[in-house]
Amino acid sequence: MHVEGATQAPLIVFSGVTKVYGKGNATVEALQGIDLCIEEGEFVAIMGPSGSGKSTCMNILGCLDTPTGGTYMFRDVNVGMLTRNQRALLRRHYQGFIFQGYNLLSRTSALENVELPLLYRGAGVRERRQHAMEALETVGLKGWESHTPSELSGGQQQRVAIARAIVTNPAVLLADEPTGNLDTARSREIMDVLTALNGDGGITIVMITHEPDMALYAKRQIHFLDGLVVSDKPNGGKG
Amino acid sequence: MLWNTVLLALREIRRNVMRSFLTILGIVIGVGAVITMVTIGGGATLQVKQQISSMGSNMLMVSPGKRLGPGQSSGNVPFKEADAEAISREVGSIAAVAPVSSQSSQAIFGNQNWTTQVTGSDNQYFYVTNRTVATGRQFSESELRAGAAVCIIGETVRKKLFGGQDALGEKIRLQKLSCEVIGLLEGKGQSSMGMDQDDVVVIPLRTLQRRVTGKQDIGMIQVSVQQGASTDKALKDIAKLMRERRHLAPSDDDNFNVMDMKEISKMLTGTTELLTALLSAVAAVSLLVGGIGIMNIMLVSVTERTREIGVRLAIGAMEREVLMQFLVEAVVLSSLGGIIGIILALAASIWLTGLLRVPFVFNGPIVFVAFLFSAAVGMIFGYFPALKAARLDPIEALRHE
Repeated sequence: MHVEGATQAPLIVFSGVTKVYGKGNATVEALQGIDLCIEEGEFVAIMGPSGSGKSTCMNILGCLDTPTGGTYMFRDVNVGMLTRNQRALLRRHYQGFIFQGYNLLSRTSALENVELPLLYRGAGVRERRQHAMEALETVGLKGWESHTPSELSGGQQQRVAIARAIVTNPAVLLADEPTGNLDTARSREIMDVLTALNGDGGITIVMITHEPDMALYAKRQIHFLDGLVVSDKPNGGKG
Repeated sequence: MLWNTVLLALREIRRNVMRSFLTILGIVIGVGAVITMVTIGGGATLQVKQQISSMGSNMLMVSPGKRLGPGQSSGNVPFKEADAEAISREVGSIAAVAPVSSQSSQAIFGNQNWTTQVTGSDNQYFYVTNRTVATGRQFSESELRAGAAVCIIGETVRKKLFGGQDALGEKIRLQKLSCEVIGLLEGKGQSSMGMDQDDVVVIPLRTLQRRVTGKQDIGMIQVSVQQGASTDKALKDIAKLMRERRHLAPSDDDNFNVMDMKEISKMLTGTTELLTALLSAVAAVSLLVGGIGIMNIMLVSVTERTREIGVRLAIGAMEREVLMQFLVEAVVLSSLGGIIGIILALAASIWLTGLLRVPFVFNGPIVFVAFLFSAAVGMIFGYFPALKAARLDPIEALRHE
């Protein structure tokens, strides 16, 4: 599957996206009509208290979930119309994920962890190795290829996870509280890596965070509250 | 893509070497047991067949006593030499008839002695039992008639008494009888009952009767039916003749026993084949149990790796790729168990056949079938856990602790 869009078109467009969980009287409206537009090359921080709908929004952005109402266009493709497998392919080719808990495969070397998405793409051994090495070098982990997650610090594990997310050269990097488990110094390292990727690689980044310090690294901040966007403004700088 | 999936599966197995090994232990034992049983059973069957054919498949054994079961008899009214003569005279399509009498005795040469079976018969004996005189000569007519002190010895007896020496023309002592060795029998090896067929000294029947046992009886009559003639018919004719000669009323049971080698052969191989089948069936059950073990571990594995499955789905794995991964993992696991089982079974078979002195017969088809079966076990018992993994909701799976 290939998604070709005009370069000027926004990468992500939400129009009146709603999400309702449950049925009958026990329904919960997680998103109450979100309008959002994210251009290629942006670095967006999504903030808000728990239950504000930011995680639901992220799941929909990452095509793990579909909106109940409204439309989600990813590069001119209506994600709501795609099947489960088509969404898997969209994730595989255009999106990279970073989680709060790193979610690396245990007892598996950093290199093999980073190679994983390429395996699903059906890349050859040499291509896989080369791209994985490059990605690890980008996040500053050259020389740590053969280490397993248990032999790496939290910050290093998160950098392996970033390498895994960018190894396929995705259009957008979706980060769900990437610094949530890290101390301030490690968090800053991770944010520096992300900033560099956004600046040099031109990768679009959408990041959920509840730490205002980390949100300052982004170029734009969106605040969620009770399933609605309450503020959406560009950042002044790194504070 | 399939190769990549196999690679992923192998990585998974490597991540959990100990658990993987324990998981496949059931398959290893199942496959190993089936192949070992079939191989040893096949060897035993082949051995029985070989030995029976070496005895001559067209041989009939007429022995006194009621037939109770294989090899059992009771109530002895012994035969006389005249009975053997009557068979050769009155029953058609008979190639040879040998009256045979045996006695266990010590054979002495110089300072060597050896306890062996002394058999009294005539030259027909060699034909009927499928033996040949390798060196020397058979008995002459006059020696047979006069009960001369001559003997033909088997390979084992020659080795024990003479070692490297030349035996022909030497005199050995059998109890009070001192007799000249006039011939050496060709070696035949072990019989199906595990007896050494070369541990024998053959002397003329009359010599045995007069100078060793002192009785006119003969132990049994061995009959060789002409090639191509029906052994069944000969068997019935002999039975009829014997009933007449022994004056049995129509209501009486036979007090003698005519055995057909084909019948014995079928019975013996039938027994080993049945035993093999039964033992294999028991072993096959352990394969099934092994399969359930694999399913159990795969289900545990799916639960344990729920988060990992979530990551894979988030990274862009499709449902069928996750299904394939777990299925291939199960199949690779069980096939690995099959391969280890095959190797162990072959080693065990070689060792056991050596121990039991049966020939080692490599049974290619059963090895192939056992391997396919182990792979199929993985496929069948791995499918349900794999489906469970593939159907997981990525969001739920990622949230799983």
